[in-house]
Amino acid sequence: MNLQFIVDGLLTGSMIGLGAIGVTLTYSILRFSNFAHGDFMAWGTYATLAVVSAIGAIFGKVAPIGPLSFGWPLIVAVIIAMGFTGLLALALDKVLFSRLRSKGQSIIVVMASFGASMALRSLLEFLFTSRPTYFSRAIQIAMPFGFGIRITPDQIVLLIVTALLVLGVHLLITKTQTGRSMQALSQNPALARVVGIDVAKVVRVTWLIGGGLACVAGVMIGILVQIRPLMGFDMLLPMFAAAILGGIGSVPGAVLGGLIIGLAEAGAVQLIGAEWRAAVSFIILMAVLFIRPIGLFGVKER
Amino acid sequence: MSEPVLIVRDLVAGYEPGVPIVRGASITVAEKEIVVVLGPNGAGKSSFIKAIAGLVPIESGKVELSGNDITSAPAHNMVRLGLAFVPQTENVFPLMSVDDNLRVAGGILKAKEVPVRIEEMYATFPDLARHRRIAAGNLSGGQRQMLAVARALIVRPKLLVLDEPSAGLSPKFVSMVFEMLTDIRKSGVTILLVEQNAKAALSIGNRAYVLVEGKDRHEGMASELWNDPVVAELYLGQRPTVSKAGGAA
Repeated sequence: MNLQFIVDGLLTGSMIGLGAIGVTLTYSILRFSNFAHGDFMAWGTYATLAVVSAIGAIFGKVAPIGPLSFGWPLIVAVIIAMGFTGLLALALDKVLFSRLRSKGQSIIVVMASFGASMALRSLLEFLFTSRPTYFSRAIQIAMPFGFGIRITPDQIVLLIVTALLVLGVHLLITKTQTGRSMQALSQNPALARVVGIDVAKVVRVTWLIGGGLACVAGVMIGILVQIRPLMGFDMLLPMFAAAILGGIGSVPGAVLGGLIIGLAEAGAVQLIGAEWRAAVSFIILMAVLFIRPIGLFGVKER
Repeated sequence: MSEPVLIVRDLVAGYEPGVPIVRGASITVAEKEIVVVLGPNGAGKSSFIKAIAGLVPIESGKVELSGNDITSAPAHNMVRLGLAFVPQTENVFPLMSVDDNLRVAGGILKAKEVPVRIEEMYATFPDLARHRRIAAGNLSGGQRQMLAVARALIVRPKLLVLDEPSAGLSPKFVSMVFEMLTDIRKSGVTILLVEQNAKAALSIGNRAYVLVEGKDRHEGMASELWNDPVVAELYLGQRPTVSKAGGAA
């Protein structure tokens, strides 16, 4: 077996994991499965692409950084687009989810998120067509890493970025007052209000974090694979599988779940063929639900 | 009687509009008093103090805390206004450590003050200090009740409101909790509590109200109420109530 699947798996896993953080946070704090989360990824990626084009139009062609395929415009663009995606998620909550949530039936909110997902996706196809596009068409030479593994400079940078983001979110949730408020709200919403937590504020922060990370995950796919309006929707099943595998509400769990699914997918491509790739996350999801429904890091509800 | 901390006038409240559980209850709590609200099952005691704490929608009436009208204040503003509530059950965050439970409640204090207040709480409740890194869900019932009270006190409330602090505790812990409440009152905090355990509550309370079918029907000094024939009648002589949402915790 070629060990290259480890690098491929870690990269796919990073994309899934970053997306799954948003899924797991919305699920534990807002108590619904947001099926539009994948489309936040796609919107974030197209927003990044739009900002990169705008910077290109103003500053002309910018040389990439060292051996990477992208230059500073992409970095600036991602940061702007993260804010944009966070605000998009907030706006969607304001016009749609929050109104339905107040009626108290989460299944209605879930269905609404399906509708929002379709609308967001179609809007992207309308604006940018469904033709795949790329941040860069330059070809990167993969460096040999030993043991038959090759890795490109882009891939190394993106793995490091993922690790830093995950660490950042984990520290935010465990060490800051905002993060403790998020934990409190997910564990006991009524008591959270009693201790003085402004629920609306925590909900806003949750959307901003989820949207921002979805954007980064989308841009990673954009850099390593390609940009399509369906790119996020296609990640939905693996993301949910990762969030459930890791245990709903757990940030490290979501990331670990993502990595496990990424590695399993990459391994399956080698062992049983690429056409079975999509089945892997489904099988893992079913297995978790049967064997340990609370996931790896999940804790039993009282 | 000194300055009233809490004045509740003709409170009508319930979860669903038009279906009041509290039907025109009035009470007054003076500074540094322990006031007990008693009543048979399903009398709406729990809904009554939850409405005061902003957790049950109020239809009419008025709630005043130290002269401020807090009738329509949202629940999350109550601690800022000086009212700290301790729910009957699920009154800690089970997956967070004892430390983090206190820290998250200290969120409305100045950041510098939080560690100081936490240490003060540990000095008052040494048993909690020994378990500071333990998830609150793993504490015993008595310790959990202690944490819930410490969590409420950390913000220096003017009024501490407790919903059946003795519920589900063994007799040993019941007396411990009531001793703790006496000490808290001595430190200058006014206390309002709802209790099923009338004897224990009256032994520490200054005054008490008897709530029946959502209305305050009787009032008196705690020391006298235990032998008051009216109380016995209100408890026993009432027609059997259908315990709907009124008895809900």
